[in-house]
Amino acid sequence: MNLFPELRKSFIASLWFMFLTFPIMVIRVNTIENIVEWRWMNLVFVGIGSFFLSWLWRYLLSRKEMGVNKKTDDQDRTSLVSRLMKNKQLIIPAAALLAIFTIIFPHIFSTYQTSIMITALIYVMLGLGLNIVVGLAGLLDLGYVAFYAVGAYAYGLLNYHFGLGFWTALPVGAALGALFGILLGFPVLRLRGDYLAIVTLGFGEIIRLILENWNEFSFGPSGIANIPRPSFFGMDLSIQWATVYIYYIVIGICCITIVIVGRLQDSRIGRAWIALREDEIACQAMGIDKARTKLNAFALGATWAGMAGVVFAAKTTFINPASFTIWESIIILCIVVLGGMGSVVGVVSGALVLILLPEYLRAFSEYRLLIFGAILIFMMVFRPGGIVSDVRRVYRFESSAMDDKPQEYS
Amino acid sequence: MLKISDVKTYYGNIQALKGINVEIAQGEIITLIGANGAGKTTTLMSVSGIVPPRSGDIFFEGNPITGLKPHEIVELGICQVPEGRHIFPYLTVLENLDMGAFLRKDADGVRQDRDYVFSLFPILANRRHQAGGTLSGGEQQMLAISRALMARPRLLLMDEPSLGLAPLIVRQIFGIIKKINEESRTTIFLVEQNANLALKIAHRGYVMENGRITQTDTAADLLNNEDVRKAYLGV
Ligand SMILES: Nc1ncnc2c1ncn2[C@@H]1O[C@H](COP(=O)(O)OP(=O)(O)OP(=O)(O)O)[C@@H](O)[C@H]1O
Ligand SMILES: [Mg+2]
Repeated sequence: MNLFPELRKSFIASLWFMFLTFPIMVIRVNTIENIVEWRWMNLVFVGIGSFFLSWLWRYLLSRKEMGVNKKTDDQDRTSLVSRLMKNKQLIIPAAALLAIFTIIFPHIFSTYQTSIMITALIYVMLGLGLNIVVGLAGLLDLGYVAFYAVGAYAYGLLNYHFGLGFWTALPVGAALGALFGILLGFPVLRLRGDYLAIVTLGFGEIIRLILENWNEFSFGPSGIANIPRPSFFGMDLSIQWATVYIYYIVIGICCITIVIVGRLQDSRIGRAWIALREDEIACQAMGIDKARTKLNAFALGATWAGMAGVVFAAKTTFINPASFTIWESIIILCIVVLGGMGSVVGVVSGALVLILLPEYLRAFSEYRLLIFGAILIFMMVFRPGGIVSDVRRVYRFESSAMDDKPQEYS
Repeated sequence: MLKISDVKTYYGNIQALKGINVEIAQGEIITLIGANGAGKTTTLMSVSGIVPPRSGDIFFEGNPITGLKPHEIVELGICQVPEGRHIFPYLTVLENLDMGAFLRKDADGVRQDRDYVFSLFPILANRRHQAGGTLSGGEQQMLAISRALMARPRLLLMDEPSLGLAPLIVRQIFGIIKKINEESRTTIFLVEQNANLALKIAHRGYVMENGRITQTDTAADLLNNEDVRKAYLGV
């Protein structure tokens, strides 16, 4: 790296940052004494800080470029994680450790920690569901939170009116999610890309607005309170034990989700989704029913959101439309993109990182979201494929023509 | 085998096909030639149902297929190699081929056909694990043809297989088209800009202008036809 021009670029960047942050970092209007404070020291800090950060940024970028060049020379560009996943000797003890840790988690950590973990696991379900729609079928859905809301309100309302329990509401929520998925799917059958994104975005907002304004039906902004937690064979548990119980339920549902989504991916439906994502015309020319494939994707994706909604309602015992804003859809989309589109392991780690990180960043209080945003940007620049990129995208060049290896789907 | 009768196809309110008639017999290679925008691609799209015709009838082996969904038409044994290849860019060569066999359930037959297309295009066998999008243009065209063959179609619709390829590769691909037709008795409906080569391997040809068929004859006669030579063969 040539030092002088690099330093000059960093210098310009830091000047630019000092200029940009000047109004908020330097000027402070004291409204009580009617004076303006000039905090010049802050300007110096910003200058020095951004100088080093920008230098570091470009240093890392150039290293990344060199790294990529180096890696194309050797043939395997599989990510570290997927290589580890292939190693049988490592994977069994690792999986066992992970399983033990998951099982004893609620007993070694506080209820608060367990509750955060439940939230993260709910997002794992949501992420895996959206991964079907966005990651596999390539349909950009920005209104995914609507199905989550449908599930939550299904439990809330059915319980309020008919006293339905958690275990009955769970399949009902899933079915309603699927139904709404198809409902959304029909009008958007011909759409793709940005148009689809806008329509789904609108759909999400419509559902939220209905919940907010249709007071007789959904109790409007005040929401539904006192939703029961799942009861344990008819017994009502204390909050502490109910949390542990929900934790195990969510773990169970997550495991089932992972297995089912994994199997779906390798099935004919999964292949049809991938074909649809890659090329719509070719997909039709191969004899794949485009309409049915799209509806499948929407319905199955929404099913998990419906279930996650039921679990969410049972966990918080209170729901209102504020929990189902566009921001949620975006977070779930971030989980899928950041984790690695189309990869189950990626989505799981994406959900854990994205949900747990802001919680543990609370120590940084007001800078929390700033740091969070910075980490997101860093991730996307340095690992554009996500934490665990789809193993499918492996590029392998074979010189020996006729050794027939079994095909890998992942 | 295929009968297109008075088909009119529209894109919105633009009429692309103004009533065309084409007939193809079992085992033939038919070529459809014409200038850019004449409506050749639209003709194939109408047959495969991706752009359904607004009026007129299409019969395949005596049965009407107008109004069927594209996937139902593929099921009947009509497979299309779309213009501009449209291979699946992130899937490997093998996975692309598997997609071609999406509707088939006879695993043995699929494996046989895979070996068959590898024997037609040995280069694809070497690249079997390479992503489709990283193949060269010619290799992608070979892959698109192979993928369509994997469906074991009775009628193969090909849209400009020579598009953007070097003359040598074009000749090779046309040789293979002829071979496919002779070896597996696949009927081929070939749309081409390269009229000279297309007419050399085809049995009969149709000439298209502005959404209408203006001429039809045996390929040999079209090659010698004064008007056709002037308009499409550049002599
Ligand atoms: N999607 C579309 N929307 C609107 N008009 C279209 C569309 N596709 C094709 N057309 C129009 O239909 C007419 C026929 O197009 P078509 O693609 O069939 O031509 P072609 O004979 O295949 O030409 P080329 O040799 O350039 O491929 C053209 O005038 C074209 O502009
Ligand atoms: Mg065309």
